[in-house]
Parts: sequence; structure tokens; C-alpha cells
Amino acid sequence: MSESEQKQNDAGWSAEIDELISRLLGHYPDKMAALLPVLTAVQREKNWLSLATMDRIAECLELSPRHVYGVATFYTMYNTEPVGKWHLQLCQNLSCSLVGGVQILAHLEQKLGLRAGQTTADKRFTLTTVECLGSCGSGPVLQINDVYHENLTTEKVDEILEGLD
Amino acid sequence: MAEELILLKNDGNPDARALSFYKAGGGYQALEKALGMQPAEITEEVKKAGVRGRGGAGFPAGVKWTFVPKEAPKPKYLCCNADEGEPGTFKDRALMEWDPHMLLEGMAIACFAIGIHTAYIYIRGEFHWITLILEQAIAEAREANLLGPDILGKGFDLEIYVHEGAGAYICGEETALIESLEGKRGQPRLKPPFPAVVGVFGGPTVVNNVETLCCVPHIINRGADWFTSIGPERNAGPKIFPVSGHVRKPGNYELPMGTPLREIIYDVCGGIPGDRKLKAVIPGGSSTPVLSADEVDVNMDFDSLAAIGSMFGAGSIIVMDESTCMVRALTVLTRFYAHESCGQCTPCREGVPWMYDILKRIMRGAGKPEDADLLLDICSNIEGNTICPLGDAAVGPVRSFIQKFRSEFDQYIETGKSSVGDAGFDFRPAD
Ligand SMILES: Cc1cc2nc3c(=O)[nH]c(=O)nc-3n(C[C@H](O)[C@H](O)[C@H](O)COP(=O)(O)O)c2cc1C
Ligand code: SF4
Ligand code: FES
Repeated sequence: MSESEQKQNDAGWSAEIDELISRLLGHYPDKMAALLPVLTAVQREKNWLSLATMDRIAECLELSPRHVYGVATFYTMYNTEPVGKWHLQLCQNLSCSLVGGVQILAHLEQKLGLRAGQTTADKRFTLTTVECLGSCGSGPVLQINDVYHENLTTEKVDEILEGLD
Repeated sequence: MAEELILLKNDGNPDARALSFYKAGGGYQALEKALGMQPAEITEEVKKAGVRGRGGAGFPAGVKWTFVPKEAPKPKYLCCNADEGEPGTFKDRALMEWDPHMLLEGMAIACFAIGIHTAYIYIRGEFHWITLILEQAIAEAREANLLGPDILGKGFDLEIYVHEGAGAYICGEETALIESLEGKRGQPRLKPPFPAVVGVFGGPTVVNNVETLCCVPHIINRGADWFTSIGPERNAGPKIFPVSGHVRKPGNYELPMGTPLREIIYDVCGGIPGDRKLKAVIPGGSSTPVLSADEVDVNMDFDSLAAIGSMFGAGSIIVMDESTCMVRALTVLTRFYAHESCGQCTPCREGVPWMYDILKRIMRGAGKPEDADLLLDICSNIEGNTICPLGDAAVGPVRSFIQKFRSEFDQYIETGKSSVGDAGFDFRPAD
């Protein structure tokens, strides 16, 4: 296991997350309700949710690890496997498909040399197809990490990819 | 067309997010007025305005508020439904992104009317940038004593928190939303009890859509009579219509309820690119039964669409021109519902993926002559036999696509290929 992988597997998180957790606990009458926001924040910091990470979250919110795994696997936004530094999520629902979403998929697969669902060998890019992103009037739409890219053309996709390190 | 925009007047203007901008335009005057009214008076005014839920079901908001018991052993809650997951829908994000204080003000008035001191905005996790906008607006409003303890010195306390979902369409359904907010898998609850009696954290809970709540300050400012003067009877008010698919100018358009669909497609949205022929329109979001081209002389409101066997839903219009293969379009939609089934009820968990498998088989050229009827038969077995309406939502497109475009399905099955070709879009059988 490489050093960086070891780091990923380490269940630790930053002091900001600890602060966020104590703030979140004030928002709800019980600790379980903080689970989704905590999973989201921890994933944003660590890229994915390892079993060790989820165990630590369970302990922190006084939940059973089973409950935490059950929740993490229910929601599509949680990565229970590592993803690339840039996670590309392309909408394949109807409105986007009507305006060229599938051509964008083919272009991305060809540019990145992978199929949807895969990660490049250098761990820089993961490409996932997703359902409606709530941006149907400006399709095709690609979400890269937290940012939406709308009204895509193949040229625009090339430009966007060039801007990613 | 409405001369004056009510809901979208600040669409696209980032300056409008600031509290100072909102207040300069008369913002928070409705809250101040409401805090001087009796809570029951407010509810009565909203009831009189007859604003029907903009999240899809069309239930009158004021009436829903009266279902909350006055005395309850547990605290009451308001959940603003900002999950915006129904394919074709992208309206609530515009309201939150460009006019976050309008939503906060609407929520504060609703909470005062119902006697609620804690409210949540349940927003889909993909809209993270909007979460940040909302949190900023909440902080500003709190700073100005428009939220938090003792609002405007009137003795009313309210905290609003933004809560992100994590990518599950089903969490837009109100009881799944409640489960999800509690930190669980988003699996709908059996009703009754209704959320107004037992909702989140065991307390009475009102769930209202973003756009519904954004109507509230305007109703308080201008009165129920003003509101009902816009649009047809029983279907009043301004409405945002998100339009996507084959139109020259897709986007969000605010128009009176009851605006004719043909006018929206051809006048407001500039018609179809290349002047191709219209083929079909989904009028209210992916689950609402499709209309054929000769059905678009319908007014866009709850009752008019129900009268022709479809649904208004969230008013989300998806336009398909003659280049669209209806078999492919339906396959895409059914894949969505198969993916989003929460798995609790057998008819939905088994039936919807089965329909998806049959559609894939047709698309691969291996469809069987009885497949169209088999699909209709599965629809009948799902419909009405599930805990939540997602099962019915999956049936909506399947039944209507087959009934209205039967020959296209039969032809595909017979010849093994699309009669339209791949012009509209391509479908990957690997899915
Ligand atoms: C499968 C499913 C998904 C739904 N998704 C949403 C949604 O994304 N946003 C929404 O406001 N309502 C959604 N609803 C409707 C809600 O259950 C609920 O009726 C609505 O939030 C009530 O608010 P309203 O009366 O103000 O419309 C959905 C319903 C179902 C069955
Ligand atoms: S109808 Fe489908 S989504 Fe709704 S509760 Fe049943 S299985 Fe879950
Ligand atoms: S269909 Fe792609 S964002 Fe809605």
C-alpha cells in the first residue's frame, strides 16, 4: 500500500470537521439526524468513505456501524470506493439526452480512455453517468466535483478537461 | 404573459441575493405585517388564495397548515422540500439561487402561522453551491433580527437550517424526506399517520415545496384576492414553468397558471429548432402522462391537465420533436424509476426493473409480439399497490407512451429497430 493510500485509509479528519459536527448537533433533537451532513462533509475532505471512516462516524454519533453502512450505501452521492481526484458525473436522463447528452458521454469516454463507471489509472478522473441533475433546461450537464458545467458541446468539454490538473 | 414578474424578477442577478437589495424592494415587509396578525388570520388568507402545492401533488397549502394540531406533545416542524428531483424540473433552484430571502421570508411567515420554531430546508446534495447561498442569507437575516430569537421584537423565535440530501430521488417524497432528515435510508412511510400529525422527530410536520412557500410573502403583502386574480379559478397564481428538450429557448418562465401549452412552446420558447414537427410533450415532469402533438391545446393548470387524463405535476414541460424515438425515450425514463425505487414494496421493486428489462429487450431488437401488452399488464399490477406514489409515477410514462404511440412500439418490436432512427439521441444497450 502506498503512502497516500495509507493516508486515505486513515480514519482521521480535520479539526474543522469536529467543529462542524458539534455545530450540527445543535440543529437537531438527536444525533442520528446529523448523519447525512457528517458523511457529506467527511467525504468532501477525504474523497471517499472507508469502513474505518464510517466506523468512526458511527462512534462519534453513537450509532451502530450497520446503520451507517446502510445509509451510506442507500444514497448515490456517497462513495464507498475511492474515486478520482476529479469526479465527472454526466446526466443521462431524458432532457439532457434529447440535446446531445449521449454524444458527450461517448466523447468523454474516448478522451479519457475509459468507460462510464471507471477511473483512470493515474487516479485523476472517474466518470459516472447519473440521473437528472435538476438542470434540464441547460443540458447536457456535467457535474465535476461540486461544480455544474452546462450547455455542453464537445469543444466545451475539451476546454474544461484542459483546465483540470 | 404576465407583465410583472413575481417569482423570477431577480432571476440571474447575483446582487439580488443581498438582504439590503431584498429589503429595498419591499422584502420582509410581509413578515413584519404577518407578525402583527393573528396566526389563524394568516392561514385563512393563504387558504383563501388557494395556492396549490407546487411540488407536484397540488394540495392547497393553507388547508394543509390547518391539519397541524394546535397542541402537540412534541415540537412542530416545517420542512421546505428543495429536493427538486423529478426529471424536467429545475425551478426551485432558480428561486433559491437568485432570491433566497424570498424563501426565508415565506418560511418565517408559515412558521409563525402554524406555531413552528424550527424549520429545515431539505435540498438535494448536488446543489451544494445553493446551500452556501442559503446559509449566507440565513446568517444575514439572523444578524438583522429577521430570524433567530425574538424576531423584530415580536416575541417569535425561529431557526432555519439547511440540510443536504445525498442523491436519492425518492427523498423528494415527503415521508422519505422525513426519514432522510432523521438520518436514515430514505424509505417512505405508510400514511396515515400523515406528517401533519406525526412527522419528523415524531412531531407534527408541514412539508411544502420551495415555490409554494415563495408565494406566501406576496399573498400577505397583496392579499388573497390579488393572488386569485391571476390564473383560473381553483388553480390560481403565478407559476414557474421549466421547459426543456426540443425548443429554441429552453429555461424557466414565469407565467400565470392556465397559460396554454401551445403558447408556451411556440411563443414563449420560440418553437422547435429547425422548425421540425412536434411529436410529444410531457407536461408536468417525467412521471406525468405524455401528450401527443394534437393534445397541446390545453391550459397549463391542475384541473385542465387532469381533465385530459394527464397531470400538472410541477409544471415541468419536456418537448419532443419528430426526431425522437419514443421507445428510447421511455426506456430512459423507466431506467430512472427502476434505479430510484427504494425497494420496500414488491410491485415497485420487481415490476419497474422488469419493465426496464422488457424495454431494453425491445431496443436490442429482441422484443416479443406480446411485449407492449405485457408492459401494460405490469403497469396495472404496480398501480395502487405500493406504499408511496413512485410506483404510480413509473406507470405514468409507460402506459401513456404505449397507448399514444402504440404503432411505434409494435413496429420496433416487429422490425427490431427504430422507425425514427438515431436522430434525437442514442441509447446504450450496455446500461
Ligand atoms: C417520488 C416522489 C418524488 C417527489 N419529489 C418532490 C420534489 O423533488 N420536490 C417537491 O417539492 N415535492 C416532491 N414530491 C411531492 C412531495 O411528496 C410533497 O407532496 C410536496 O413536497 C408537498 O409540498 P407542496 O404541497 O408545497 O407541493 C415528490 C413526490 C413523490 C411521490
Ligand atoms: S413505491 Fe417504490 S419507492 Fe415507493 S415505497 Fe414502494 S418500493 Fe419504495
Ligand atoms: S435531464 Fe439532465 S439535468 Fe435533468
